Amino acid sequence: MALSYLRSSSSRSANLLRPLSSAASLRRPISTDTTPITIETSVPFTSHQCEAPSRSVETNPSELLTFFRDMALMRRMEIAADSLYKAKLIRGFCHLYDGQEAVAVGMEAAITKKDCIITAYRDHCTFVGRGGTLLEVFAELMGRQAGCSKGKGGSMHFYKKDSNFYGGHGIVGAQVPLGCGLAFAQKYSKDESVTFALYGDGAANQGQLFEALNISALWDLPAILVCENNHYGMGTAEWRAAKSPAYYKRGDYVPGLKVDGMDALAVKQACKFAKEHALKNGPIILEMDTYRYHGHSMSDPGSTYRTRDEISGIRQERDPIERVRKLVLSHDLATEKELKDIEKEVRKEVDDAIAQAKESPMPEPSELFSNVYAKGLGAESFGADRKEVRATLA
Amino acid sequence: MLGVVRQKMLGQSLPKIRPVVSVLRSYSSAAKQMTVRDSLNSALDEEMSADPKVFLMGEEVGEYQGAYKISKGLLEKYGPERVRDTPITEAGFAGIGVGAAYYGLKPVVEFMTFNFSMQAIDHIINSAAKSNYMSAGQMSVPIVFRGPNGAAAGVGAQHSQCYAAWYASCPGLKVLTPYSSEDARGLLKAAIRDPDPVVFLENELLYGESFPVSDEVLDSSFCLPIGKAKIERVGRDVTITAFSRMVGHALKAAEILEKDGIDAEVINLRSIRPLDRSTINASVRKTNRLVTVEEGFPQHGVGAEICASVVEESFAYLDAPVERIAGADIPMPYAANLERLAVPQVEDIVRAAKRACYRSVPLAAAA
Repeated sequence: MALSYLRSSSSRSANLLRPLSSAASLRRPISTDTTPITIETSVPFTSHQCEAPSRSVETNPSELLTFFRDMALMRRMEIAADSLYKAKLIRGFCHLYDGQEAVAVGMEAAITKKDCIITAYRDHCTFVGRGGTLLEVFAELMGRQAGCSKGKGGSMHFYKKDSNFYGGHGIVGAQVPLGCGLAFAQKYSKDESVTFALYGDGAANQGQLFEALNISALWDLPAILVCENNHYGMGTAEWRAAKSPAYYKRGDYVPGLKVDGMDALAVKQACKFAKEHALKNGPIILEMDTYRYHGHSMSDPGSTYRTRDEISGIRQERDPIERVRKLVLSHDLATEKELKDIEKEVRKEVDDAIAQAKESPMPEPSELFSNVYAKGLGAESFGADRKEVRATLA
Repeated sequence: MLGVVRQKMLGQSLPKIRPVVSVLRSYSSAAKQMTVRDSLNSALDEEMSADPKVFLMGEEVGEYQGAYKISKGLLEKYGPERVRDTPITEAGFAGIGVGAAYYGLKPVVEFMTFNFSMQAIDHIINSAAKSNYMSAGQMSVPIVFRGPNGAAAGVGAQHSQCYAAWYASCPGLKVLTPYSSEDARGLLKAAIRDPDPVVFLENELLYGESFPVSDEVLDSSFCLPIGKAKIERVGRDVTITAFSRMVGHALKAAEILEKDGIDAEVINLRSIRPLDRSTINASVRKTNRLVTVEEGFPQHGVGAEICASVVEESFAYLDAPVERIAGADIPMPYAANLERLAVPQVEDIVRAAKRACYRSVPLAAAA
């Protein structure tokens, strides 16, 4: 079992690179190699009211390659969504997650599908992390039947209940009490699982968040509040919105951890730690220090309230995919070409899914009246002209 | 109050009246009396007993035995896991309730009055009502929001609003308004069993009132259908629709009208959403006159919707303009005399019914 300690910072680790083996057979297939490797997080964790977990994270080649592939897929998906929006195939709101992929991917690595995740409207990648397919994403964005919500939800309303993904919410902050409710139900049902309720730095000031946190702490609910702090609530920088932007401390009596959200391994470690904590001791807050390359949504260029230098600086220094790429290369887990091939594959997957999604038809007009209720009781509903269009709800 | 078929004095031919359920009044033939409070309590008790997923949450529901004693004894019987006292944080606990419903539990969330539901209204509408639709059926929300609604006595403007019209305008919600003990039991049990979000609007002044309940009503399997109104009193001359406490007022008005030779049909709506348009329209087609009664604000109210429905469906049958009796178009005053003027009284309903029957009633001078 080869264990190697390596600082996973962005420094060129040329001196630590072992000569690449040309004989592939000397290496186990990268996709299944579970030889443990321990890697240090970029920075140590900062904690509030608790002891921080170790910054040495156990991982393996298979996991790192999965991180790379999944993040590359998410990145490609979001960029493709940008193009589709500009081509007017996606309408309304479209909030992109590129830059924040490490949070979605690191979290999944620490938990199971019995744990619940709920988030706000920047939900495409979180949905994919829970097992949603690219077809379901693109079809939903384009309002087609093959969409995860059959075209009736749109970008902000992705759900996947069978893997405990509860959306997809448009009202800032509402998802946090909902997430605490999921945790309540998990505890009530004795399921030994936890809920991750994600919210942004903008939502962190919402009153209902503190109401829900108070109840969660009183009732020892296995609720993990995850602040994806990308430093801007739409166009408002955190220092303009929060008297205290130390979101991991805002729980007061609730412990918190500040995490480098651009480091998938740090995210994984923090989520693992949080899950253990929540099952025993009730709520905990994780603040993920992350960044979105796009503006708040497709109608926001994202450059009026922050400098292009800042954006490109983050891309250079902290990009989550590049971090994993460097790790993989420096540990000799794959060649540059292999990684590029993965990126090509992923690009093709995305293109294929878009083509397939474009084939999916728009919903039937009768779908206007479906799912208003779970049990319609034969009640009547009406179209714009009720003498022309009416329906009986099944 | 047995529904009695009355012969029209003027010898007009009587269209055959189908034996409507209420005519037989099988529910109210027994001797036992039960208060609305006890009805609600027993309904909660039975549903919690039958289904371990049902739990109760709200301010003072546990140790205090309920602000209005509706949940008396439940904490002792079911324990603190299932009867949860919450802090005074409606947005927080309503959201938690909806989240629990997402996961598959069946929460009953109590608002001490529905005035406080405004703190949580985003969760009722955006998190609960719309979720099944937005998710194309993945996320059903089997939650009940219940509590007293409308005016009490002397509690002032912030504690007296009726929310029936607001909630009933929202697709995805079911909105119920019990009047009698039978209604309270049957509708609450139906609401708890229903897989959709239900807003259950009680009335504080009705909690202490007793009504006769039959053995059928007392049975633990008793349930009333959601979306069906009840004809409390069959009549020929004018239809009076009402819900909650106003049903009692309408029935009293009907007794007074009877002495003046006007035979009123009183409909207890029971369900504001879905609204039982077919029962209302069938009644108006029979009587040709309509008075709607509600406690809440008149503009965009329940009566406005009923009037529109009748004008759309049964215009040719109307022999008089639709009359609306509603709460006064003002915030609720405190002084007893002003409060009395702000809430519909029996004489208001009588007067409106007479107007609908073209009995000359001198109009008050315009203010």
